[in-house]
Amino acid sequence: MTEQIIEPKALPAESHAAETHAHHGHSPEEIRKEIRVYLWVFGGLTALTALTVWACYGLKMPVHKAIAIALAIATAKGFLVAGFFMHLLSEKKLIYSILLLTVFFFAVVIWGPLHHWADMIGR
Amino acid sequence: MAQRKQLRVGNQWLYAGDAERILRDAIRIREEEEQRHRIEGHVLPWYRRWLFSTDHKVIGLQYGITALCFLLFGFSLMLLMRLQLGWPGHAFKIMKVLGDARAPGGVLLPEAYNQLGAMHGTIMVFMAIVPLAVGAFGNYVVPLQIGAPDMAFPKLNMASYWCYLPGGLIMLGSFALPGGAANSGWTSYPPLSDIATIGQTFWLIGMIFLITSSLLGSVNFIATIIQLRAKGMTFMRLPFFVWAQLVTAFLLLLAFPPLEAAGILQLMDRVAGTSFFLPSGLVVSGTPLHNAGGGNPLLWQHLFWFLAHPEVYVLILPAMGIVAEVIANNTRKPLWGYRSMVGAGIFLGFMSFVVWAHHMFLTGMGTVISAFFQTTTMIISIPSVIILSALFISLWGASIRFTTPMLFALAFLPMFGIGGLTGLPLGLATADLHLHDTYYVIGHFHYVVAPGTIFAMFAGIYYWFPKISGRKLNDFWGKVHFWGSFVCINGVFFPMFLQGLAGVSRRLYDGGIQYAHAKAIAEATNPFMSISAFGLLAFQVPFILNFFANVFAALRHKKNVNDNPWQATTIEWAATTSPPLGHGNFAVLPVVQRGPYEYNAPECTTDDYLPQHVELPASAPPPGGGTLPETAVAQREL
Amino acid sequence: MEAHAEAHHDFEIPYTVHARPDTGLYNAKLGIWLFLASEVMLFGALFSSYILLRTSAPTWPRGWEFLNVPLATANTFILIASSVTVVLAWANLRMGNLKWGRIFIALTIACALLFLVNKGFEYHHEFVEHRLPSTNNFMALYFTMTGLHGLHVLGGVIVFLYMLFPGAKMWGTDRARYTNRIEVAGLYWHFVDLVWIFLFPSLYLM
Repeated sequence: MTEQIIEPKALPAESHAAETHAHHGHSPEEIRKEIRVYLWVFGGLTALTALTVWACYGLKMPVHKAIAIALAIATAKGFLVAGFFMHLLSEKKLIYSILLLTVFFFAVVIWGPLHHWADMIGR
Repeated sequence: MAQRKQLRVGNQWLYAGDAERILRDAIRIREEEEQRHRIEGHVLPWYRRWLFSTDHKVIGLQYGITALCFLLFGFSLMLLMRLQLGWPGHAFKIMKVLGDARAPGGVLLPEAYNQLGAMHGTIMVFMAIVPLAVGAFGNYVVPLQIGAPDMAFPKLNMASYWCYLPGGLIMLGSFALPGGAANSGWTSYPPLSDIATIGQTFWLIGMIFLITSSLLGSVNFIATIIQLRAKGMTFMRLPFFVWAQLVTAFLLLLAFPPLEAAGILQLMDRVAGTSFFLPSGLVVSGTPLHNAGGGNPLLWQHLFWFLAHPEVYVLILPAMGIVAEVIANNTRKPLWGYRSMVGAGIFLGFMSFVVWAHHMFLTGMGTVISAFFQTTTMIISIPSVIILSALFISLWGASIRFTTPMLFALAFLPMFGIGGLTGLPLGLATADLHLHDTYYVIGHFHYVVAPGTIFAMFAGIYYWFPKISGRKLNDFWGKVHFWGSFVCINGVFFPMFLQGLAGVSRRLYDGGIQYAHAKAIAEATNPFMSISAFGLLAFQVPFILNFFANVFAALRHKKNVNDNPWQATTIEWAATTSPPLGHGNFAVLPVVQRGPYEYNAPECTTDDYLPQHVELPASAPPPGGGTLPETAVAQREL
Repeated sequence: MEAHAEAHHDFEIPYTVHARPDTGLYNAKLGIWLFLASEVMLFGALFSSYILLRTSAPTWPRGWEFLNVPLATANTFILIASSVTVVLAWANLRMGNLKWGRIFIALTIACALLFLVNKGFEYHHEFVEHRLPSTNNFMALYFTMTGLHGLHVLGGVIVFLYMLFPGAKMWGTDRARYTNRIEVAGLYWHFVDLVWIFLFPSLYLM
């Protein structure tokens, strides 16, 4: 009768995965391609920063236009940072769902107090 | 010849007795290894093993002991308040512990009453119930119930506890400050809290520690439940307790940060002289305040209640989880409507973020926003009803075992029912006009938290004590504890509804006797309620003695039950020893085969329950033997 | 018994380095995104306070009336650059190049420290001009929001310093896990940059 301890291999994928395989894109050429993308994004972010400062501050834009332009450009910059540097464009579904939920509640926490103020009795 | 039972183990067919022996060997070898580590000096020094441990079981116990101490402290504050409310202005020797500044000659001053009130609420909610429900029960049980060796981030777990304890001590320490502890209610509304004594600053600092602790903990819980489930443990095979903890963790993760932000803003107001919450033209005791103004007191209310509403679901969800486990186990049948309960729990968590302004109906809200929040509040009652109904229906046709945990779990149902139903008029603005800030509100929320959540906590303690220690708490004294607490707790809280309906305001240091409309009802009910409160104290004594007696016996390794005394199906009972192995929990990680509540299932043979991880012989071995694909380990109960 | 050496697998926490098959994530990746979700709510509440206080105020200054826009623009560029350096650090580590990985981490720290020094100059200038948090709600929000952001920058500096010096030992013992740690710290760092991308125009340009 065998005296071996039963080993259920509860973790099938783990022990067989390659050592450096923490990610997609693990060959040096693919990584170098990614680096080129990062540098382009850097250029884009720099340009957008210059644009937003020139448009709002340089041109001394009136308040409402400044808010619209600044937020639009900031959103574009945010998209670049989140999408490329944080790799959100290729991220897993679970992360997207968590972030979607968060963005919804973010909108709620901004909307709530403001709408309450706007809808007060006597306004 | 009679067929000997055979089990598929790894890629071999073994006879049942052999499989059992092999598993016993595995556990024995593991224990020998632990012993060898101790002898060879791999054992951790006492402060790394018990104080700064990264083992979720030790951390769970740290949270549990600390939370129970804070619970007792918060309870004592309430007893002092009830002395004052029952016999306003009376001199009590015991009041002298508060010192002359708060209770000269043993008569409690109104300002001191406010400290007791604010700190009772704060301590109970943030330092006692949530750490007990989530930090203690969650930490100890969740990894065991999902088949994980520990939480996903053990060091982060340790950091969570070590943010909680200093935060709690800062809160307690504030009593020693000149001017005393925070006294602007647990809700800390500005402008009053902005100009309050230094105790309020300590409250804010304490809250930042406590919130940080919760945030770190919630990251850990979500990552653990998603990533560390054992093989075969799909989401719909999770015990309901784990689902409850998962939803709770999301509530803590996303709802606490706005309160942290608000706390920072209030700290800035108090320490840096900003006016985030101070409107222009504020006058304090006849003197205009020298601040910039332009602030909005309602901003605090929004940010506070954005957390504090989800917080109440944080208080109740783990309790519902515990009650579900205890009911399934003691009815010996699966929970009715498991899928509905899970769906309702998720929906409840989501809706809890969009109802907060029902705490603000009297702030001059316009009709549109008032209608919005009334609607969402009415909708959120539906998932609560679904969960409660499913638990009630689970009792139908059951073989109920009236064990002590089951008594507490059964009492939870109608008590939470009363608490929940009394919330409905509060959620409708027209009724809330009359009931807001009265004792009706206090009665409502205490019913859900005290005979609601706290009873569920007791159910959990009686239920899981044998898992932690290998000993059951004494059942007779458990029943004394239950019956006495049940009667007295209703005696304390039920009359509050009558007081509130009559218009007795909350946070009055004399219980309302100064107001003509409130005097009669207050004088009729307050002494009775206070006597009930002291009765409640008396009935905790058997519990405390029972608890410590068994703790000391357990520390001397005097087990009095086997590993699965409740004959439970969930793997924290069926697949580990009691107590579980020190490092890693499971000698061999279980592989889950079925749902969590297979009591009296058709496949059950010798017992009336089928643990989640036990593999049934699928078929006879193929003729001539042969190698089978790798499958689960069969683990029979020892 | 050689078999029970393998049994140690069962006591170790799985998916610390390699992804769990059904979620596609390793634990720390999920953990950091959860933490960042909570940070979105934290800064979200502050932005909500800003929007409410500004909308309900009869008047509100333009950013450049009180603040140094050119210096803050330079700081924006510095922080974006630090985001690039940290992602280049991670790329180099994935290619097995510890030397360049550490150089880029050091550059990230340098940028972050430069950002904080500039912030220090800004704050000092405000104090010299007698513009304190208590002066008005604009200044109160400016100091509170940039102060909290600055604390997050400082936190990042501390984490990267650890990774650069004592933490770098892990490259020898568990290379993939060290690389993952840089990825996770980088995600935090990009978030800090992201907050500034919105904070800068909100305070200085509107």
